[in-house]
Formats: sequence, structure tokens, C-alpha cells
Amino acid sequence: MQAMVYRGPYRIRVEEKDIPRIEHPNDAIIRVTLAAICGSDLHLYHGMLPDTRVGTTFGHEFIGVVHEVGSSVQNLKVGDRVMVPFNIFCGTCFYCARGLYSNCHNVNPNATAVGAIYGYSHTAGGYDGGQAEYVRVPFADVGPALIPDWMADEDAVLLTDATATGYFGAQLGDIAEGDTVVVFGAGPVGLSAALSSWLMGAGRVIVIDHLDYRLEKARTMAHAETCNFGEYDDIVVHLKRLTDHLGADVAIDAAGAEADGGFLQHISSSKLKLQGGSPVAVNWAIDSVRKGGTVSIMGAYGPLFSQVKLGDAVNKGLTLRMNQCPVKRQWPRLFEHVKNGYIRPSDMVTHRIPLEHIAEGYHMFSAKLDGCIKPLIVPSAS
Amino acid sequence: MTYTAEKPDPAESSEQLRARIPGWGVDLDPKDRPSFPREQLIEDRTGAHWDFPERQAGGERRERSIEHGMLPPVFGTVAPLHGVSGVLRRLAYRKYSEAHTLHWLLLVAGDRVDSLGSSVTSVLRGKPDNPLTETGILIEPRAHGLSSRLGRNRVDVKHQWMDPLIVGTPWVLRAGVVYLAVRGLRRGR
Repeated sequence: MQAMVYRGPYRIRVEEKDIPRIEHPNDAIIRVTLAAICGSDLHLYHGMLPDTRVGTTFGHEFIGVVHEVGSSVQNLKVGDRVMVPFNIFCGTCFYCARGLYSNCHNVNPNATAVGAIYGYSHTAGGYDGGQAEYVRVPFADVGPALIPDWMADEDAVLLTDATATGYFGAQLGDIAEGDTVVVFGAGPVGLSAALSSWLMGAGRVIVIDHLDYRLEKARTMAHAETCNFGEYDDIVVHLKRLTDHLGADVAIDAAGAEADGGFLQHISSSKLKLQGGSPVAVNWAIDSVRKGGTVSIMGAYGPLFSQVKLGDAVNKGLTLRMNQCPVKRQWPRLFEHVKNGYIRPSDMVTHRIPLEHIAEGYHMFSAKLDGCIKPLIVPSAS
Repeated sequence: MTYTAEKPDPAESSEQLRARIPGWGVDLDPKDRPSFPREQLIEDRTGAHWDFPERQAGGERRERSIEHGMLPPVFGTVAPLHGVSGVLRRLAYRKYSEAHTLHWLLLVAGDRVDSLGSSVTSVLRGKPDNPLTETGILIEPRAHGLSSRLGRNRVDVKHQWMDPLIVGTPWVLRAGVVYLAVRGLRRGR
């Protein structure tokens, strides 16, 4: 089969690999029909996450058709059209039993600080991802769900991470009616978080980025006010002015490890790999939220330390909330929102790229060319 | 007003927002939010029919964090440890916990060795790396590389010039090593 393969920082190619095989009785093999490149895939692509091995296939956002099932699989059959959450989880460990599927303890030998994620380095378990024609899906009775007949493929694939993560991020903000919410980052997660904030009763939603085309999308799709931080000497001061010098009630970091806005912070993390991630967005969130407010961190970061301003967070009495999104826990309610037309994930899709051209897709997404917000990957077999 | 007790009035009332934004407030009640409450034993096992999963075979030599009490029952099998990078990675896993910076630095070192080594072996296997196609930069003219970047107040343009250096420096180093090796062989004759 054809699969995207990592070769080193900023280098990937498509290679012929063996079709994955059943390795556990509850495995399934899925024939991928649609995948996506996530903003967090770029951290891997740039070589930021430790133990990213040459030969690994990325991709934790994908949907497909069941090709083969293991001997203990009861809930799926060959031919089913399924969507697969980016978390790999067992369903019964201490964490899964409490709904924290992204923290499953039974699937990642390499680290206890993170659950397992498809195609996201050995630090996240050493599984291949879905930017390929086929992928192994462990715990097939637990993770995947049948795609409802009424749901479009492009909506389904975005519900496997980006949209669910944004929705989750807004929930961690504990938004109350009339709250002012600031979202840092107008990528797919930030757009979804902004839109979700309205569903939770926000009175005002402000999205921050430096890419005008993404801010335009935040205005049209997510009904948000926007600020291009590149136009202000100090975005924190500007946000204080916008909020009557009180600060926002809730701030959501949807930028993550390669946040721009601080040259040295970006260089030391994204280029020199001396931090687990650039703390620019987190620090802006801490400084721009009001005292006693809540900061929700949805951006992905590596396991190394980052220079986060904990003193300000302590002195302001902030609540910091964060986690990888337990995707499947979001789905029943999110399905309702999609069906009712409150959230339209596919509105964020800008490019559809054949798998054999995926290296160009990564470059375009990484360099933010051609108005790219969300690129999808189409395997040739589909 | 910040300096008095009242919270500033929102520019739009809830009624106005409900009329303007589809779905405004449908999740206003925390009980309608799927992640509330944060931790609570739940009945729904999302399809699991075991208390502890059956163990995947083949884990005898699988590396694991020393913070784990045992090898978890299911694990990834992609790109098993090998070569010099494998030695570095195994050392990181055997000796240092995730709390130790050296654990991660050894893994990063393993990544760089892996990348360099795989470039060499790819030549020997007749599938050499091609930096032009593997970096995807050939899409630049079709994706409007210049007009996407210039005159748009983009902050990232200030550091994007470094990317070719990050990609190119290892290739220059490799070329240097090959040159020195060839020169050494010629002098040896």
C-alpha cells in the first residue's frame, strides 16, 4: 500500500509499505477513505517531538471502511463506514472508566504522561497513522463509530480531532452566560473553539492571529471579533482596552507549540528545539484573562519544559485547564450540533490533496500558503 | 467598569445573540456539556467487553517508560529500535524517567542520528532521499508562495528563511563527510 513516511525534519515521502496486519484480537484494519493534516502534525514534521522515528506514518484524523477485523471484535464488521477518534483507548482502565479516554493507561508503553495517538511519534505509543491507504486500529470495539448516514465525509473527518478539540476547549473554559472569551489561534481548533463558545453562552468572542485570511474565516464562520496581533505593539494591552481594562473571562490557547508573536520564543522552540513549545500564546492568555479567570489550553506541546509565566497565573488566581480531547465523549452532543447546523466542520476545509502529493501538502500547510486552513488527504485507493 | 463592582455590560444582550448566532446558548447548562463533570465513574464502556484487555503478543523486547509498572497490554509496533539511534533511545527508556530532561534529550539525539543514518541507508538501498520532492517546495509557484507571504503583515515570514538552513545543513555536512572520505581514500593510494 501507499503511505506517507517521515524521513527527518521537514522531509516526508510516499513509500510502499505492507498493509498492516491484525496484531491483537480486538484490532481492525481500516481502508482509509479520507484523512487530514492536523496543525499538530506540523510539530512532528518540524522534528519537535522526541522519538519521532524515520519510517513512521503520520495522521490522526481519518475515516474509512472496515477491511478486516480481529477475532474478538463484536461491534464492527467488514464494510462498515467508520470514523476513528485520534485517541487510542481501551475503555476500561482507571482513566477510561472516568471518561478520560485521551489519558488511557493501557496503550502507550513509551510514556505515562500522554495516552496513545495514531501516527504521533513513539512518545505517543508508536502507532502508524492514517495518512496511508490502510491503518491498524486497536480496540476496534471501543474507539471507532459508524458514520451516520446523514453525515458528510468531510464533516466526519474533522470530528475525529479538530472540531471535537475546539468544542472541548470551550468546555474547559467553564463559560458562563455573557462571558468574554478570547481565542488565540484561528486555525481549525481555534475556529471550532470560537464557534463552540457561542453555544455555551458567551457574550463576546475575540479571535487573535496574524494571518488575515484566517481571521476573515473567524469573522464569517465563527461570528467572532478579530485582532491581527501583528498590527499592535502589545496585544495584551489591546485586549485590556477592548475589555474595559478588566480582561477576558476566559482565554483559550488554540495555537500550541509553534505559536508566533515572540521571535526568540519561537526560534528557541520550533527551530532550536530547546523548549517543549513556544509559550507565547499561553503567556498572552495568562496575561490577557482577568484575575480569577480561566485559561483553557488546547494547543499541543512537547514533553520538554516551556517558559510559562506561572507567577502571573498564581498571582491572578487563574484556573488553568488542559488535556488532549477525549474525542468520543464529545461525539453524541457534537453530532446533534452538526445535524442542527450549529457547527459545520467542513466549512474549514480549503484543500484536497492526493496522498501521492502529500509532501507538497505539508509544505503548503506549514508555510501557510494559498489561504490554507485545513488540507485533506485523499488516498488513491479511495 | 474595572475599578467599581459591576461587570461591564456586554455589547449585545443574550436575546440579540440568540437571534444572530445559530445555536447560541444551547450548551449554556453545564449538564449539557459532555465533559461535565470532569471525573466520574461512567457506566458506558463505549463497547469494551473486558475488565483488562487481552495482551498483545511480541512485547518481550518492547521499550517502555520506567514510570510504567508493566508493559501495557497493547502497543505500537512501528519502526522498532535499531542501530545507533536504537542504542540511544533504549538508554533513554531504561535509565531515565519522563521527569528527567536527559530522557528527552537522548530521544531527540536518537531522532537526529536516525534521520542521518536513514539517508545513508536509503542510498545503499537505491532509494536515495530527494530534498526537492521530500520538502514539498516544488508547490511554491502553484501555491502562490510570494504573494501569500509578501505585504500581508505576517509575523512568521521573519523566521521562515531559517527553514532551508535547517533542512540544508545536514546535507552540506553529509557532502563534506563524503568529500573528506573520498579525499582520504585517494591520498591513501
